[in-house]
Amino acid sequence: MAFELPALPYAKDALEPHISAETLDFHHGKHHNTYVQKLNGLIPGTEFEGKELEEIIKTSSGGVFNNAAQIWNHTFYWHCLSPNGGGAPTGAVADAINAKFGSFEKFQEEFNTAAVNNFGSSWTWLVKNAAGELEIVNTSNAGCPLTDAGVTPLLTVDLWEHAYYIDYRNARPTYLDAFWKLVNWEFVNQNLAG
Amino acid sequence: MIHHFDDLPYAYDALEPAIDEQTMRIHHLKHHKTYYDKFIAAIEGTDLASAPLTEILKNVSQYSPAVRNHGGGYYNHIVYWHSMTPATHTQPSDALLSAINQQYGSMEAFKNEFTQAAVGHFGSGFAWLLVTKQGELAISTTANQDNPLMDVAQIQGTPILACDVWEHAYYLKHQNQRPAYVEDWWKVVNWDYVSEQFAKASQ
Repeated sequence: MAFELPALPYAKDALEPHISAETLDFHHGKHHNTYVQKLNGLIPGTEFEGKELEEIIKTSSGGVFNNAAQIWNHTFYWHCLSPNGGGAPTGAVADAINAKFGSFEKFQEEFNTAAVNNFGSSWTWLVKNAAGELEIVNTSNAGCPLTDAGVTPLLTVDLWEHAYYIDYRNARPTYLDAFWKLVNWEFVNQNLAG
Repeated sequence: MIHHFDDLPYAYDALEPAIDEQTMRIHHLKHHKTYYDKFIAAIEGTDLASAPLTEILKNVSQYSPAVRNHGGGYYNHIVYWHSMTPATHTQPSDALLSAINQQYGSMEAFKNEFTQAAVGHFGSGFAWLLVTKQGELAISTTANQDNPLMDVAQIQGTPILACDVWEHAYYLKHQNQRPAYVEDWWKVVNWDYVSEQFAKASQ
């Protein structure tokens, strides 16, 4: 069965003024959709036919991996954002962040440094690592933490230029400021609870 | 300090409509300038401050990621700017055309292969035509700001033509349509420059 483009969990203009409807129109309607179409074109007749997306990500390489992981990464990213998001974390993730990084501000600083220095098209993640600790992880291109055994992705920011070029041009730090105003801590808590 | 940040070899709007003025301004004044500034910051006070850029890149595996990323970004954009021109009707030299025909069968076949490489490169990077150490033409792509001069490159040699496929090179005009950007880019390729570089690299 072919993969389908998941709907955005909010309206295209719901994240304005931080992320524009125009950006989401291209990012979801074109980029995310193209990964879905390309994967559907690549898997018929291969060992990946009929497999779940996460299993494909964990067992593939090259074009199949790139498109499969980018489908998953984008769906996860949409859910990390919310028009009702932003502010300080709540619940268990707030405690875990304080325990690991000292404070939310220190965590933000460390996450931003990782994101600003993540060179080229990439993603920065907060994950729960195999030891059960919070960790900030950078991946390149389609890189996805699901390929590391025992790692649970909690939060991500898309650092491909297409995620912010219409709204912020080359100013990745300004996009990160906007990102923090949208973070869906409820979703991050769900991921932490597993 | 032997390194310097130069003006574009043409006006910002000179490549319209293939490459738009706003893209060229941001690309040169923000992206390229930032690579230059960060490269200088990385080498200031070291022996590299007086070393030729191409020599630094040839030994880049010995230096920090900042030298590789920003030195690469500084160099790659210079080749990219010069690979383009507002002048119409520039033509490959007889020597270059003959090498292209010998290697790829025809100019059309070469362009198809180069376009496929540029469009098919996943993520940020550059597509190159280069002269290998054996003196043959080759097409390659490199990730991020790597290039064929670098000792870390899979296919090494002297770049003679560069197509920037970072999204910042085309997003304001072509958005997700990298194939449309590459098609427009061919319209402004500076064959005089590519021919000169081919002659130098083939000596």
